[in-house]
Amino acid sequence: MESNKHIYLKLFTSTFLISAFTFGGGYVIVPLLKKKFVNDFKWIDEKEMLDMVAIAQSSPGVIAVNTSIIIGYKISGFVGALFTIFGTILPPLIIMSIVSLFYIAFKENIVVNAIMKAMRAGVAAVIVDVTITMIKGVTKDKSIASIIIMILAFIAAFFLNIDVMLIILFSGIIGGILLYHNIYKKGKQF
Amino acid sequence: MIYLELFWSFLKVGLFSIGGGYAALPLIQKQIVESHNWLTATEFADVITMSQLTPGPIGVNAATFVGTRIAGVGGAIIATIGFILPSCVIVIILAYLYNKYKNLKIVSGILNGLRPAVIALIAAAGLDILIGTVFNDLSINLNNINFISIGLFSASLFILRKFKPNPIYVMVGIGIVGGTIYLLI
Repeated sequence: MESNKHIYLKLFTSTFLISAFTFGGGYVIVPLLKKKFVNDFKWIDEKEMLDMVAIAQSSPGVIAVNTSIIIGYKISGFVGALFTIFGTILPPLIIMSIVSLFYIAFKENIVVNAIMKAMRAGVAAVIVDVTITMIKGVTKDKSIASIIIMILAFIAAFFLNIDVMLIILFSGIIGGILLYHNIYKKGKQF
Repeated sequence: MIYLELFWSFLKVGLFSIGGGYAALPLIQKQIVESHNWLTATEFADVITMSQLTPGPIGVNAATFVGTRIAGVGGAIIATIGFILPSCVIVIILAYLYNKYKNLKIVSGILNGLRPAVIALIAAAGLDILIGTVFNDLSINLNNINFISIGLFSASLFILRKFKPNPIYVMVGIGIVGGTIYLLI
């Protein structure tokens, strides 16, 4: 077994480098974390990693940060988690602070302005693309309850301007009730 | 005082954004644009653009960027810490339970109800952004349609659906092509 100090250093540098050089957010970062810790270091086995990603995805917050936390915690407890958290958030903190400082100067530049204006259409396309893929995921399961929750939540958010947090709380409660109902009906153990 | 408000706002965003960085966007929009008027809708669209274009998780990027815009580097640190604090606590508790019991059906079951709602929220935020790009003045007005933007949007969406490239390439490509068009006319 490697010394603690060495493990902490590896946890920090791996998460730091992945976060610093990966464009595209959690959906790109998570597979890279998996490659590093499952395939390269062999510190976590494949099945455990899948469970851990599921936990990270179902917890609030950023999936990439959550996955880093759970990897760090799994490998060397609370201190390990602290190292992976800092490794993951330091690069965006540094990079975005710098970008943000130049933002005003940037914005007044005609060329940058034109590019940003064009990119807004690109952002809309990326979000619509992500949404279509996710909606397909829900309709594929053919769960009527999920589809109804989705439609109602959309109406509540877009047309009725109901508080986003209320919508999330309410649908979580519905999900809990449905789960309880299903388990009760099928008599399954949980 | 602004630090405390920023921390509290992002703590709420962090606690309620389930489903990753995109899920955080509608919540950040609500806190930053609608409740506090810290940024305008256009500035917020730029936040998302910047978050996509820089490396790292999109949610953390957005928190850092908004924090810096509102209260400098200190604001960035406060916003990011507020944003990730709830998930740190929750994930570590779940990781502990997982190591102990290796069974988290209850959690995943409850989240089955949440997931479709989160998708709907992302769709609603996406539609807001889409309206902002299709119409020049952020409100639905048929005299003010930006046809170039519609063209750029359609082309980007087509490429994303058809070839499934990394979004970053599409963003850069559309920035170069669209930027050139805007500069020429």
